[in-house]
Amino acid sequence: MSPTPNWLRRRSPRPEAAADPLWEICPACNERLYRKDLDQRLRVCPRCGHHFRIGSLERIALLADGDFQELAGNLVTGDPLRWVDRVPYPQKIANDRTKSGLLEAVVVGFCAIESVPVGLGVMDFSFRGGTMGGVVGEKITLLIEECARRRLPVVIVCASGGARMEEGAIALMQMAKASAAVERFSELGLPLVTVLTDPTTGGVSASFGFQGDVIIAESGAAIGFAGRRVIDQTIRQKLPEGFQSAEFLLEKGQVDMVVRRSELKGALGGALRFLTAKAVPA
Amino acid sequence: MNLIVELEKPLTELEAKIEGLKRLNETQRVDFSGEIRALEERAQQLKLEIFSNLSAWQRVHLARHPKRPLALDYIAALDGFTELHGDRMFRDDPAVVAGFAYLDGLPVFVIGEQKGRDTKENLYRNFGMPHPEGYRKTQRIMRLAQKFKRPLLTFIDTPGAYPGIGAEERGQSEAIAASLRLMAGLSVPIVVNVTGEGGSGGALAIGLGDHVTMLQHSVYSVASPEAAAAILWRDSTKAEEAATRLRLTSDDLFEFGIIDEIIREPLGGAHRDAAGVIRSVLAADRRALDALMLLSSEALVDRRYEKYRRLGSHAELMHDRAAR
Repeated sequence: MSPTPNWLRRRSPRPEAAADPLWEICPACNERLYRKDLDQRLRVCPRCGHHFRIGSLERIALLADGDFQELAGNLVTGDPLRWVDRVPYPQKIANDRTKSGLLEAVVVGFCAIESVPVGLGVMDFSFRGGTMGGVVGEKITLLIEECARRRLPVVIVCASGGARMEEGAIALMQMAKASAAVERFSELGLPLVTVLTDPTTGGVSASFGFQGDVIIAESGAAIGFAGRRVIDQTIRQKLPEGFQSAEFLLEKGQVDMVVRRSELKGALGGALRFLTAKAVPA
Repeated sequence: MNLIVELEKPLTELEAKIEGLKRLNETQRVDFSGEIRALEERAQQLKLEIFSNLSAWQRVHLARHPKRPLALDYIAALDGFTELHGDRMFRDDPAVVAGFAYLDGLPVFVIGEQKGRDTKENLYRNFGMPHPEGYRKTQRIMRLAQKFKRPLLTFIDTPGAYPGIGAEERGQSEAIAASLRLMAGLSVPIVVNVTGEGGSGGALAIGLGDHVTMLQHSVYSVASPEAAAAILWRDSTKAEEAATRLRLTSDDLFEFGIIDEIIREPLGGAHRDAAGVIRSVLAADRRALDALMLLSSEALVDRRYEKYRRLGSHAELMHDRAAR
């Protein structure tokens, strides 16, 4: 990965999830992988090409040319439903903050991608499964609105289990809020490029995720409206091989391209340069 | 089995008895009016006992009551409804009905999610769960509303967008995402009515509007209780618990500022006076449209933007930036 920019280093280090500090097992091919080597390969298995999930900060480091100027980084969620199940919702949030070193499931801000200045939003599956509640909806909306003011393209990297159940209908309404922002933004002739990574489902895929002018999917990502669990429990149909994979969606005409992680920055740069170039005089 | 149908059984039996006595009263010489009055009082009491303190889960069942008025019942009460079919790309989705009609002489386009009355019809209507082509049909209607400058009325009654193989292959996410964008930018008034079950993005896909009404005993939530339980606890049988937690009643949604108006139902639910409830819904829609039609299309779209822009739940953490 590119050298860690300063703003990233300021954050508390992410605690390692696995017990073994040196080795990791590829969940797809069971290969034992040297962690340092895996990190250097952008966390893609050298044997089978499986793309491990990466966090929002790693993703920004991968995509941004240099500095990243964060927007609305201090927004935290309320507890509109006063939700309690096994633990109260605020406790779940507190746990995820400690676990992920993040305040919420999306980081938004400004940077350049291959020298094109953009607004960039990156979701993080390690925080509440990347679910969209009031904060995610607000930050995505703020990013789009600010880019409309600055006349910048928007890139959103999705990684989300969908709307956040613990915020109920408030979470659902974030789909409407963000969609309205995309509509306004798009009216200005500005480009939105979305990147669908593992997993992108529910309220995120069914709003800004699939509202991109160009939609790029990361290799192997699970993408769909209903997650497998909901499909299983609702209709109990046997699901075909590779169902809801990025490659499956490409074949079905739902995304523009499937790229490997190492190709993502280049693909984004290419699309952004084309979409932001001065129009040919008529 | 619907919990409310079970609960109201003694009431239904009592009401049948009253009806029987009333018929006797008319045909026989004996005067039963005293008995009838007593039974009617008992029925009223029973209704209060059964319905004045429903749990969230019972409210979900009331919203799914087999006799509850369905989208087409409201639409049929408009004048001169003409149904328009199909998405022009794949097929006609019977889970969504759409077309044009007149509301007290006012030409409007209408869209509704349509459940069935019985098993056979429910299979045909897919239990009111639209496929992508259903939403693409609604997009056609929305564009027609825009082109011909007619207001749009929608009726929400769905457990959610259909979660199945074909729906995923044909882009359920894209269909909903496109509808949301289209509704956000539509330059004609949109009045939304949640008349039964409002489940997830499948409901919102016809629910982004200028004035949102909700029948008192309808429910509206981020996911159906069954889907929420599957997502949260990997167990759709915990739907009752999810229903309690989700805060999905009309009072909750009004408190959140998500809906603009609650339309009262008779004690026991809309099916106890379907015609009256349909009249109140359409009257509310007309009132809302009369006010909205005074706005310029620009003001309308701006107002709609602000309406959804406000909905959230967040605060700024003041000390955090310095710490990091």
